[in-house]
Formats: sequence, C-alpha cells, structure tokens
Amino acid sequence: VTAALVLAALFTVAVVLFVALPFLREPSPTDDRLDQPGTLERRQLALAEERDRALAALKELEFDHRTGKISDDDYRALVGPLRRRAGDALRALEPRTTVSPEPVSVSTDDL
Amino acid sequence: MADLGRAALVLSLGLALYALIGGAWAAHTRRRRFALSAQRALVAAFGSTLVASAVLLAALARHDFSNQYVADHTSRGLPLGYTLSAFWGGQAGSLLLWLLVLTGYGAAAVLLHRKAAKDIVVWAVPVLGGVASFFALLLVFVSSPFVTQAAPSDGAGMTASLQNPYMLAHPPMLYLGYVGLTVPFAFAMGALLSGRTDERWIVATRRWTLAAWTFLGVGQLLGSHWAYVEVGWGGYYAWDPVENAALMPWLAATAFLHSVMVQEKKNMLKVWNMLLVILAFSLSIFGTFLTRSGVVNSIHAFAQGPIGAWFLGFVVVVVAFSTLMVIRRLPDLRARTRLESAISREATFLYNNLLLVALCLTILWGVTFPILSEAVRGEAFTIGKPYYDFFLRAFGLPLLLLMAIGPLVAWRRSSLRALGRMVLWPAALALTTGLVLLGFGAGSSTPGLIAYTFSAFVLASIGLEFARGTQARRALSGEPWPRALTQLVARNRRRYGGYVVHAAIVFLAIGIVGSSAYGTTVERKLQPGQSLRIDGYTLRYRGLTQAETSNATERRAVLDLGGRASGTLRAGKNSYPVEQSVSNEVGIHTNWLRGEDLFVIADQINPDGSVYFKVLVKPLVNLIWLAGFVFVFGSLITLWPDAREQRRLALHYEESGVRTA
Repeated sequence: VTAALVLAALFTVAVVLFVALPFLREPSPTDDRLDQPGTLERRQLALAEERDRALAALKELEFDHRTGKISDDDYRALVGPLRRRAGDALRALEPRTTVSPEPVSVSTDDL
Repeated sequence: MADLGRAALVLSLGLALYALIGGAWAAHTRRRRFALSAQRALVAAFGSTLVASAVLLAALARHDFSNQYVADHTSRGLPLGYTLSAFWGGQAGSLLLWLLVLTGYGAAAVLLHRKAAKDIVVWAVPVLGGVASFFALLLVFVSSPFVTQAAPSDGAGMTASLQNPYMLAHPPMLYLGYVGLTVPFAFAMGALLSGRTDERWIVATRRWTLAAWTFLGVGQLLGSHWAYVEVGWGGYYAWDPVENAALMPWLAATAFLHSVMVQEKKNMLKVWNMLLVILAFSLSIFGTFLTRSGVVNSIHAFAQGPIGAWFLGFVVVVVAFSTLMVIRRLPDLRARTRLESAISREATFLYNNLLLVALCLTILWGVTFPILSEAVRGEAFTIGKPYYDFFLRAFGLPLLLLMAIGPLVAWRRSSLRALGRMVLWPAALALTTGLVLLGFGAGSSTPGLIAYTFSAFVLASIGLEFARGTQARRALSGEPWPRALTQLVARNRRRYGGYVVHAAIVFLAIGIVGSSAYGTTVERKLQPGQSLRIDGYTLRYRGLTQAETSNATERRAVLDLGGRASGTLRAGKNSYPVEQSVSNEVGIHTNWLRGEDLFVIADQINPDGSVYFKVLVKPLVNLIWLAGFVFVFGSLITLWPDAREQRRLALHYEESGVRTA
C-alpha cells in the first residue's frame, strides 16, 4: 500500500461524507419534498415578468423619443397601448389595488 | 503519485455519474436531500479533478518520466513555463483541463444560482453531471494522463511551435470559452426539463454566456497572434478547420447574446434562443472532435487519437436529446407577441442573427464537406480561402452595416423619416470617409473600401449614441458632461458595453482589411551585404548569427533597417534536437503611429550564408490586437454585476409567494 493510495482513500472518505451531508444532517426529515411553485405562483411570476417588461418598454420608448429615434407621431401612437398594457399587468398582479396607468416619467435612473 | 491521480479521476467519474443519475432522480421525484447531495457531488467532482490536475502538474514539474504523458510531451531541457504548459499540450492533459474547467464552472454556477433559479438548477445539475461524466469516462478508460512506464532518461520534448509564450494563455482561454458554453446549455436544458421556460434561465446564464464568449474571443485573438509570430507564413488566420472550430461557437454565441435581448424585451424568439444555445454548445464539442479526431489536416491538430468517434457520438446524443426537449416544450416556447415592424431594433437583431448563423453554417459546411466527401466518395477535397473570403464579405459587410444602423433604430417600430434623420450625419461622415479614402487610392480593393466606409458609419453611429444618451441624461439631471456619461454607461452597462464591443469589431475589421487588402509582399534571395526595398523600407542583410539555448539552436539573419525605419531586425529558425523539429522565428518591426508591421520571414537559410527572404508590409494590422483590448474592456462593462437585476428577480419571487430559502 503506497502513501498515494492511503491519501486517495482518505480523500474518498472525505468526499463521500461531503456528498452525504444532507442525509447525515437530516436523517429523518419531516418534509423531504423540493419546493415547487404551484399554478398560482407560476401565474404570479409570469405576471410580474409581464409588468416589468411593459414598464421597461415604456421607459425605452421615452428614451428613444428623447434621443430622437422615435418621431412625435410614432410616440403618440405607441405610448397609449403601452400604458394600457402596463396598467393591465399591474392590475392583474394586484387585483385588489386600484392602479391607474399614469404616464411614466423618465428619471435620471432610467437613462 | 500516479495512483493518486488515477484514483482522483475515478472518483470524479463516480461523482459526475452520481450528479447525473442521482440528480435526475431527485429532480424527477422532487427529493430535496437527494437534490442537495447531487449538487454537492458536482462541487466535490471539481475538488477531485483539482487533485488529479495537481498530481499531473507535480509530475510535469519534477520531470517524472515514469509518467508516459510527461515523457511524451516534455524533456529535461524544456523551460519550466513550457513544461507546465504541457498540461494542455497533449490529448489526455487537455481533456483533464476540460473536466477541471467544466466541474469548476458547474460548481460555481450551481452555488451562485441555487436560490434565484432553484427549479432550473435542480435539472441543470444532472445535465452538467452528464457532460462531466463523458469527459471523466474518457479520462478513466480511453485517454488517461496517468499511465506509467519504466522511466526513460529523457522525454520526447514538445512540438516546436508550441514553445511560444502565447501557448501559456491561448489554450486555457479557449477552453474557458468552449467549456463555459456548457453552463447556458445546462440551464437551457434545465429550463426545458423543469418546464420553467420564462426569463429566469436567461438571466441566470447571461453573464456565463458573456464570460464564455469573451474568453473564446480573446482565446482566438491570442491564437491569431501566436500564428502571426510563430507559424511564420505572414498571416494570422488561415481558415484552418481547427481555427474555424473556435470561430463557429463564438458566432453562434454572438447571435444568442443579441437575440436574447429580444426575448427579454418582447418575449419572442424563445425557440430560436434555445436552438442557438444548443448550436453553440454542440459546436464547442464538435470543435474538440475536429481537433482530437485526426479527421482534418491542421497545424493545430496537435493531439490525435481514437477518441474522435466518442466525441462524434456525444455530439449526436447532445443534438438529439436537446432537439427532442425543444420539440416537447414547443407549446410553452411559442411566442405570444409578434414583430411589429420590419424597421425596429428587434428586427435588426433578427437580421443580424440570420447573417451570423448563415456565416456560422457556411463555415460549418466548409469544414464538414471535405470530411463527408472523403467518407462517402473516398476523395480528398479541400475548401480553401476563396470560399471563406467570399462568404465573409457576403455576410460580414451587411453585418457591419447593421452594426451602424441597428443602434439608431427604436424598439417596436421606427418610421423611415425618423430613421433617415438619425442616420443622416453618420452616413454623411461615412460617405465622406469613403471618398477621401478613394482619393488616397483605397479603391484598389472594392470590398476594402466598402468595409472602411461601413466602419466609419459604425464608429459615427456609436459616437452619436453616446452623445445623444449623455445629452438626454444631462437634460434631466443637470449633471456635468463627464458624470452624465459615466452614469449613463453605469445604468445601461449592457447597451453601452455592447457599443464598445462593436467598436472593437470595427477595429478588427479595419485591421483585417488593411493588412489583407492593402498589404505588400516581396520575396528575394539575398547574399550578405545585399538589400531590398519595400514600401519605403530598406532592408540590408548583414549576415547570420547562431546561439545555443537549453533546448534549441537559434540561427538568425540580421537585417539593418533604413528608409521609413531604423535599427536591426532578426529573422531565422530554431532547431530543436530532442524534438527533431525546426520552427520559423519571424522578425517584426512595428510602426505604432501607422499601426503597421514590417514582417520578415527567413524562409530558407542556405549553407553559403544566403537567405531566401519573404518580406511583408501589413498596414493597420496592429488594430487587430488593439481590438482585443477594446473587446475585453467592452465585455467587462457588460459583465459587471448589476444588483438591480438580482433585486428584481428576488422581488418577483417575493411577490409571487415562492420560497427561495
């Protein structure tokens, strides 16, 4: 038996202990199930993403308008539907809160 | 110590298999402790691979020739740096490096994202375990770096062309890039397997993709510079299959980095993005197949062996499995929004994607057609530079034009009038540049002139974007110009970091066009005392010198420079007696003001002291290397962590009532 093999055996034992630690720490847990978002939680997550996407689109539109990439006419045509979309997303996410889709103003944080 | 190395690799294989099988079972049955244990197995696999790597490095440093790998790739006279670089100089060592980087990346990705993207991580672990199992399996059963033998008195040495400082950094960089593409692939598969095809996998892996893409880009540039100074034919890229093997996944990843923004902003192109991630990863494995299988003739195919079939089989499994997963999840991936206008930012991203993928697939065809032709018809067939150059122009020039126009187009839709107003000044500047260059004789190459005109267009557009963005911020905040600019970049790192990367690509294009379309070459045999002239330079051949180093005999032709340059230049050859090989050692004089190189190759040194010289003047070639620094700078801006993004994801979980602990 060489020193290398002894080292290898010790290392293997340490690794096995490391990998088995979740079982050694909790030999008989009350709940061993992985958390899984339910249908409602998944829907809420999707709505939160939709809300962020709509708000980001509004900010992007403001920025593009300020930098001259969007004409006034195009801006006026686009901003209404985007505000409605953002408002819908906010209402869907917080159904009991009355949210009015106020015009989004651009702060320096957005630029 | 080879026993320890072997044991560590067997342990790595066991741990990777556990991460694969145990992790998949845990994810399928939703077992928490098993899932945690599988994640730990991946981390432990990194630890055991690290031990195996340390054993190999120690054997290399000690010149332990009882290790066959050490004896095959090094010799006693080899300097220490190159001796250690033999770690990735041979097949088994490079596979070990691959496994080390893979398990390291995998462990880091799992540890970093186990809370914010835990559903996906649970399934990403078995995918990472599967890829790691493949490499560990090869290392244990097919190509081990720990095979022992009776120690010879000296080793076989290292291939002469690998004895270059660039070889210390170029292969590890490429590996960091190739292997890094496993993380987005694993998370993409994790998203498909778990059914969580929302933005989470993209947010989790965006920086991993960017990092891998940056490493791959830098690795290729280092490789190009190595080829330029070491291989000694006067070029930096030869459309060699192995060079193409690194370019293809980089192009696919470039397309992904652009199209992923469309998914984030518009919830579109989900299937396309999945396919791009699969393509990039599969191409990185295919690249290893090309390098290691011996099916292509390449100066880079240093290590060849019987593992080509294994890699080909693995590519087939990866493509089949991932395609099936995409098909299975097609209903979830279908876009619910549409492209609103052909003149919009997202449309330009789509055009750029089509061009990038077309270029990538064209190169893939150029690489695979000769292999298929030989396999099916038994005829050796080579696809050469003209094929690649044609498609580089056909797809590259429109890409440059899109880089100029894209940033000036608004998201959703832009009117032609607004677009016309935005491009007016950059286009006018570009046309003026083109006309001035035409006056200076740049019309000798039409593609070159077009490329320069488009390059000016891109740089003007980028400048305008920075100026208008800063102006808009100033108008709101009243900040002074420098602060408004830095805050603008800090708040929009991806956008402005991306523009800096675009500037790097422009420098690269200018360098490539300048050095290839407007270069000059003179070939002449000179006796001592004779001279030649090229592009305002005079080179007078003084004579030959010879010097001995620890492992080589260095012969140099000494040339006195005159005309546009002064000083001396040395070009010659190194002879390596142990390796029984000769390397070209070129002489380069750089004119930093013009970005130009005077490049001298001593092609043939004759016994009578005469030398057959090949001399090249390569205008603007140094912009290619400058592009590397700008590229890294832009990538770092883009890569910089954004706490707001993490907060936003955490808030999503909180709002939705999902536990992250």
